[in-house]
Formats: sequence, structure tokens, C-alpha cells
Amino acid sequence: MPVPTGGRILGLETSCDETAAAVITGDGRILANVVSSQAELHARFGGVVPEVASRRHLELVIPVTREALGEAGIELAEVDAVAVTQGPGLVGALLVGLAAAKALAWANHLPLVPVDHLHGHVASLYLQPERVEPPFLCLLASGGHTLLIDVAEPGGFRVLGTTLDDAAGEAFDKGARLLGLGYPGGAAIDRLAREGDPAAFDFPVARVPGLDFSFSGLKTALLYAVRDLPEDELERRRADLAASYQRAIVRALVRRTHEAAEQTGATKLAVVGGVAANSELRAALPDAAFAPLPLCTDNAAMIASAARYTDAVPLPGYLALDAYASG
Amino acid sequence: MTASAAETEAVAARLARVLRIGDVVTVSGELGSGKTTFVRGACRALGIEAPVTSPTFTVGHRYAGNPDASHLDLFRFQGFSPAEWGDLEPYFEDAICFVEWPEAAADALPPVRVAVRLSHVDREHRTIELESDDRELLADVSGDADARL
Repeated sequence: MPVPTGGRILGLETSCDETAAAVITGDGRILANVVSSQAELHARFGGVVPEVASRRHLELVIPVTREALGEAGIELAEVDAVAVTQGPGLVGALLVGLAAAKALAWANHLPLVPVDHLHGHVASLYLQPERVEPPFLCLLASGGHTLLIDVAEPGGFRVLGTTLDDAAGEAFDKGARLLGLGYPGGAAIDRLAREGDPAAFDFPVARVPGLDFSFSGLKTALLYAVRDLPEDELERRRADLAASYQRAIVRALVRRTHEAAEQTGATKLAVVGGVAANSELRAALPDAAFAPLPLCTDNAAMIASAARYTDAVPLPGYLALDAYASG
Repeated sequence: MTASAAETEAVAARLARVLRIGDVVTVSGELGSGKTTFVRGACRALGIEAPVTSPTFTVGHRYAGNPDASHLDLFRFQGFSPAEWGDLEPYFEDAICFVEWPEAAADALPPVRVAVRLSHVDREHRTIELESDDRELLADVSGDADARL
């Protein structure tokens, strides 16, 4: 829904691990972007969810919302619309955000805007100060998703290709685990890869038809490479393995992105999602617009941003809104 | 039995045809042993055409089919508290539910109809072991292969 330039949108996001709340203006200025990142907790548990998901969200959603309003320097009464992630994600986790958003909207007579999480990632590009104007071709690569998306206008998106098995971010994380690195795995591989030779190992990436991706064979190739090396040599060549593995993932992403650009005639490229933080991917797509780092991983500013281009659901219809697990 | 990726999908498809709503199938095995491949094969046999991808990060997928299939992945779980069960319960309702990395849930899962274990033989091949109380089901699925109880 269009919100006046000076209007304010409160966004909530609870689709997976992070509990997030944000306040943005109708013209896409971020006034507050609070993510209760469990990354620290996760690191302690080696990437394991300390306790899934909805109980943590339930504890955090109101404090995080308060913090966002406080940071934005506004009262709830000054909010013009509430935006919330409806899916895809873990249903129990989504329901916490959805229930909180319904209650906030209902109590304050505000319109509620249900947002698709993937649309949210794309809409991270519509925030100031570096708004990316459609049309563009968007690579969305995160722990849970890897998609090529044709974006003709801010309100919509068309999926051109998707991973057939593992997401790129998952490939990074599982690779890190196979290499005995820490969590989060993407950052750990990125760091170690700088000391390694990306041509040392040949990790083939499966060619699948169309504009889809496949990363699960790559993970298995790394498993066998690790398994075939004697212990002392594995220790010496860990950086080479990381560099070669990262090179294979990045090449697959870049190749498909270029192929999609050729097919659609897109002249503008953009990259969003957690993997957009990867330094080799950034270097390999020098002309692409990358989402700002704080907006790469899950956050609520992107959800509020997408709400500007999504229809609000009027009362009482929004009370019946349900979460959806898959897209 | 031993299988390539395509054969793994075919075994899973044979299994899917004898499953009913409410059945829980655990799928165990190391990284890269073909768990998601197995679930994909089963889902295709249930008429699901959507991409069947790894739910490691999202924890759960649910696919509309005949009947619906749920696809859980407990890789990132450590234990399985009642609160966590509350999150996952909807995935078991009105669906056949496949659970990768079930070890984290230990005995907290609903009764398991079939336990599938995949292990590496070499780059191209995996061993598939099926365990079930239902001898007839095992015979249907494994055909000539060595069926264990």
C-alpha cells in the first residue's frame, strides 16, 4: 500500500531464526532496523538452533518492536501501517510475527500488509540511500533460498530459476562443517579462501537444465576430497579446499546469472540475501548492485519496504490471515 | 540394496505408493548420502512437481500433492523440547511426513512407519536400508533385494 512520504511503516519478520522489527518511512528511509540476531548463540552451538524458533520469537517480538519504535523516536500511535512476513518459512515461527502484527494493527486501527519473504529480500533494494530502480535481474542467494528473479516493477517478481536441491548459503555452511570451520560457515569459508589457491581442486558443479541451480553434488565432491586426504595433508590444504569450493559456488551463481541476463535482455543486475555478503561473489559481479550488508540477511526493513508495493488487507479480513510454509 | 541417485529415487517412489496419510518416514545418513534425493523421489510419486529442496535452513517444507507431503530437517536441532514439537506438529497433520536427521528428536517423534538409512558406497552409489514392522511393505518396496526387518 502506498504510504505518504512522511508516513511510517512498522515491519515485523519472524520467518526463520531472526526476530526483527523495523520502522521505515513511506519513501524508504530506514528509521530503525533491529535484528535480534541469534548468530552469537548459534556460534556457540555450532550453527544449531538453540531452541527453535517460535518460543524465542515469542519472547523477543515485543521487546524488539519496542526497541525499533524507540530508535525511530516514535510512538505506536504515529505508525501508519503494519507489515509482516506471511511466508515462506517455519509455520510456527511465522505465526508469532503474524499474531503480533494483527494485534498491533487491530489495537491501533492500522492497515495490515502481509508480505512474502522473497519479495522482502528484493525490496531491500528499494530502500534509501541507494535505491535500485526496476527493471532488473535479481539473484537471491541465502541459507534457505537460491533464486533468479525477473523484477519488472517494485510490486512484483517472476521466478526464472531456483535451486533443485541445496541453497547456495547452505552449501557454504555444510562445506564449512566438512572443513571443520566455525559458524556462520559462509564467512568462515570466505576468510579462509583468501589464503588458498582456488585452482587447487576441481569441484564440478552439475549442469542442470534451464536457469536452475544444483549444489548438492558439490557438497558431496568436497566430502570425498576431504575424506581422500591424509590427516596432515588435509590440515595443510584446508585453505585450498575452501578457496576451490567457494570458487565453484560463485562460478555457478555467476554463470547462471549471466545466462539469465542474456535470455531476458536484462541490463541491470542485483544481488540480495546472505550470500550477497560473499567477497568473491561481489568481485565476480562488479557491475551488479548488491544489497547493503545489514540488509543482506533476514531483517524487517526489507519487509516494510515490500509493504509499500503490496495491497493492505482491511479489517476484519486480516484477522483470518494464515502463514504459509512454502512459496 | 545398492543404488545410484536415479535408483534411490525409484526405491523412494515405490515406498511412497504404499504410504498413507499420517505415516512418518525417517531418512538418516551422512552429508551427501542422498536423503533429499530420496525424499524427492517419494514426492514425485505423490504427484508433487514443485522443487523438493533441502530444508536444512528453513527446517520444514510442505508440498501440496496427493496426499500432501511434509519434509522436515532436524540437522540444526540439538534436542527436541515440547516447544519444538509444538512448532513441528502442523507438518505431521494430514500429510505423509519425511524427517531428515531424525536423531535429534530421538523418541519424541510420532510412531515411525519406515526408517530409511542411506550410506556411502562410492561416489555414484549408496546403500539403502529400510526398517519397518510391516513385512509386506518391505517386500513391496525392496522387490528382489534383501529385505530386513
